[in-house]
Amino acid sequence: MSKHHISVTINGKTHEADVESRLLLVHFLRENLNMTGTHIGCDTTSCGACTVQLNGKPVKSCTVLAVQADGMEVKTVEGLASNGKLHPIQEAFHEKHGLQCGYCTPGMMMTSSALLEQNPHPTEDEIRQGISGNLCRCTGYTNIVKAVQYAADKMAEGG
Amino acid sequence: MAEAQIESKVHGLGHSRKRVEDARFIRGQGNYIDDFKLPGMLFLDIVRSPYAHAKIKAIHTEKAMATPGVLAVIDGPTLQKYNVHNMPTLMSDTQMVLPIDTVKYQYQEVAAVLATDRYTAADGVAAVEVDYEPLPVVVDPFKALEPGAVKVRDDKESNHIWHWEWGDKAVADQDFDNAEVKVKENIYIPRIHVSSIETCGCVAKWDPVNTHLTLWMTTQAPHAIRTVVALITGHLGLSEEKIRIISPDIGGGFGGKVPAYPGYVIAVAASIVTGVPVKWIEDRTENLAADSFGRDYHITAELAGKKDGTLTSLRFKTIADHGYTDAAANPSKFPAGLFHICTGSYTFHSAFVEVDGVYTNKPPGGIAYRCSFRVTEAVHAIERMADVFAHEVGMDPAEFRMKNFVKPEQFPYKSALGWEYDSGNYEGALRKAMDMIGYEDLRKEQEEKRARGEFMGIGISSFTEIVGAGPSKHFDILGLKMFDSCEIRVHPTGKAIARFGTKSQGQGHETTYAQIIAEELGIPAEHIKVEEGDTDTAPYGLGTYASRSTPVAGAAAAIASRKIRDKAKKIAAHLLEANEDDLEWETGRFFVKGSPDQGKTIQEIAFAAYTNHPQGMEAGLEAVDYYDPPNLTYPFGSYICVVDIDRGTGQVKIRRFVAVDDCGVRINPMIVEGQIHGGLTMGFAPALMEEITYDENGNIHGANFMDYLLPTAVETPKWELGETVTPSPHHPIGAKGVGESATVGAPAAIANAVVDALWHLGVRNIDIPITARKVWEVLNAHGATLEE
Repeated sequence: MSKHHISVTINGKTHEADVESRLLLVHFLRENLNMTGTHIGCDTTSCGACTVQLNGKPVKSCTVLAVQADGMEVKTVEGLASNGKLHPIQEAFHEKHGLQCGYCTPGMMMTSSALLEQNPHPTEDEIRQGISGNLCRCTGYTNIVKAVQYAADKMAEGG
Repeated sequence: MAEAQIESKVHGLGHSRKRVEDARFIRGQGNYIDDFKLPGMLFLDIVRSPYAHAKIKAIHTEKAMATPGVLAVIDGPTLQKYNVHNMPTLMSDTQMVLPIDTVKYQYQEVAAVLATDRYTAADGVAAVEVDYEPLPVVVDPFKALEPGAVKVRDDKESNHIWHWEWGDKAVADQDFDNAEVKVKENIYIPRIHVSSIETCGCVAKWDPVNTHLTLWMTTQAPHAIRTVVALITGHLGLSEEKIRIISPDIGGGFGGKVPAYPGYVIAVAASIVTGVPVKWIEDRTENLAADSFGRDYHITAELAGKKDGTLTSLRFKTIADHGYTDAAANPSKFPAGLFHICTGSYTFHSAFVEVDGVYTNKPPGGIAYRCSFRVTEAVHAIERMADVFAHEVGMDPAEFRMKNFVKPEQFPYKSALGWEYDSGNYEGALRKAMDMIGYEDLRKEQEEKRARGEFMGIGISSFTEIVGAGPSKHFDILGLKMFDSCEIRVHPTGKAIARFGTKSQGQGHETTYAQIIAEELGIPAEHIKVEEGDTDTAPYGLGTYASRSTPVAGAAAAIASRKIRDKAKKIAAHLLEANEDDLEWETGRFFVKGSPDQGKTIQEIAFAAYTNHPQGMEAGLEAVDYYDPPNLTYPFGSYICVVDIDRGTGQVKIRRFVAVDDCGVRINPMIVEGQIHGGLTMGFAPALMEEITYDENGNIHGANFMDYLLPTAVETPKWELGETVTPSPHHPIGAKGVGESATVGAPAAIANAVVDALWHLGVRNIDIPITARKVWEVLNAHGATLEE
């Protein structure tokens, strides 16, 4: 299988690699770079556990080839906190008990933090629509919605 | 310090303590099975059958073996050499690990490919060519019982696995003969799948030098798995001290991670043969199509009673479709689990229940889907039938329930099928739910709307659960008694580590177990580290499922703490030069009666246990408890659901859903509410969305998340919670367990609401999942659809 040279900036750090054309971005992150915070939950782009931000937009990294990310900026759960300070969405998931088993959590946070960038004051229905590409089996979404609202308030306060 | 202040400082019972687990999960630093990577590790992938029943004529491996990076193709005959091609199920049936010559369900494991990485392993799987000779298939359990049916199992006489019955048939039949009112419905509880977002997998590492196996795996019951592995492989010299099972962070379990699946066994065999670590991780289709399913109960339910609404008798007859083997996860003496909780919250003069297990050409299972051993099936049937009976005699379903409830003063209550309910206040929970939702007003609104041709329905489910298995006199799995355990070691500086035989899959044990110990010992919860899941370090226990962690291991935590406190008291007496009998305990310290200033804190006592303990006493401050519960616990609740039905499309819209739960004493209200939110959503899902079906050739419908619909945040209703607290009288802290109540109770409330909306048309039952299409067909059959 042919190999391609790619250069991807992940959480601010540039990674160069020769990868097979079929390599998925999620496997590039998990297998090649040992960044295992991004999870895999299905094979059909349904569950969103693998969500990362590609040039600021949430994408399901099981449906993006690593070569498609060439020259782009990727943000993963490992890049949410900065300088040792948690992102408000991370704080919010903890404060509002927005996670249980934790498996969908990284994808859920990447989707909802991107949502808040785009829409800093979402209504409850907008939040529910916004995270509807991410499945959670534990929480019934109630506390995830509360967490996103909490993070929105924190971010509005400049937190 | 005032006691209340100390209590809030230690974060004991009743405190909505934020979760300890979150720190790693919100940073992406959890350790789930697929995150493990060991030097030299190989990857295993599985070739699966496209047929539901077929002879394997040949497996051609040449092309696969020619793929660079593919090291081996393992088939049934390979495993047969070591006599590990079959394995026992938890119900002592037989399950193929890999077949010798026949496959019995679609997606069954046929062979395994071992390769250097997951992409190459998948290439290898694609290159394996198998010649099949398709055989006739039976997917319907009723057809499977007919004479001349396709026989699923070559090693069995017929497709009938077992017959189980409970109760007094003669008395029940007599009560039915004498009854003024009888109602009967056929209720199907469909096959569904727990679908934890993390699939199953393992990393097997065989150490040939020390002849030692470490198996990291997605299991809810690591200790039981270790013993089962030792029993299966003992003849190969793999004895139990050479096996270490580690259950790392688990991405949701819900019962699906109780059984042992063939992939685990093949990975172990592959590691032993190659001498290097082997990883096996399912994809979603494998998970949905081949791992244990839940439910699949065909129930014929009958109730008998009087015209005034008094229930007298119950008869339930059930066909249980188990697929190709009975791989249910029930206590060994109970092939239909605790289905005989089906008298629910009501008093009956008599009851009789029978279940027949049947083989079909479908994947094996019969595990609980977030419930305690067939309890959802029982609760759904009784709560659906309660509504049918109430409507039949022209009573309001709430009034009917109030009339037939076991009354608070009747506890402990012996049910018609022999269970001893520990405590309850069913009227209190229903009354509260009715107040919260404004029941009387809703009934008025329903009348007005019906007059205008609008269909709205109100559904009640007043469920009683049975969890916390269980007393070892009755409950075991493969002979292993269903106790559970806690070991606590208090360090010299007054901090502690506690280890358990259970394994959290999101329930938050690291947080809540510490709160129990904090309450009992007065050591702040944040100074107590909780560990589970490593069989080399944790005390033996039967694991986390069937809502048993708090009722059993939580009780062990309280009792182990009290053992430590007993010793601490002796040390305190020594330090205070007082008589033990003159000491009194308040959270965190012993003091001399009448002289509250003269006391010793648990931290001072802990230090003395290692530095200044009394002559003749063993040093140290630790205890272990293996807790054998005297009874099960019986959480209960009342749920009320309001639905509006679109007469144009058949769409059911849940307008409101009020859930009043009583799980006894609440350790951490925040976590309890989170469990109920999640449980309700896993009750809503099978009520309206989830089902796995098969065509007549045994082809699965629903083997991926595009066909098997999990609810998203958009469909999921906005839950409204309420609580009552009726402590369990036999549990050391009065707790009952809560992880599954909502999943058990919710489907009937939703189904009852839909049928309530359509009762006036003559509708008596609609099987779940109640899809828009099903409702539209019912409306259409009754000439009640509306064109836009």
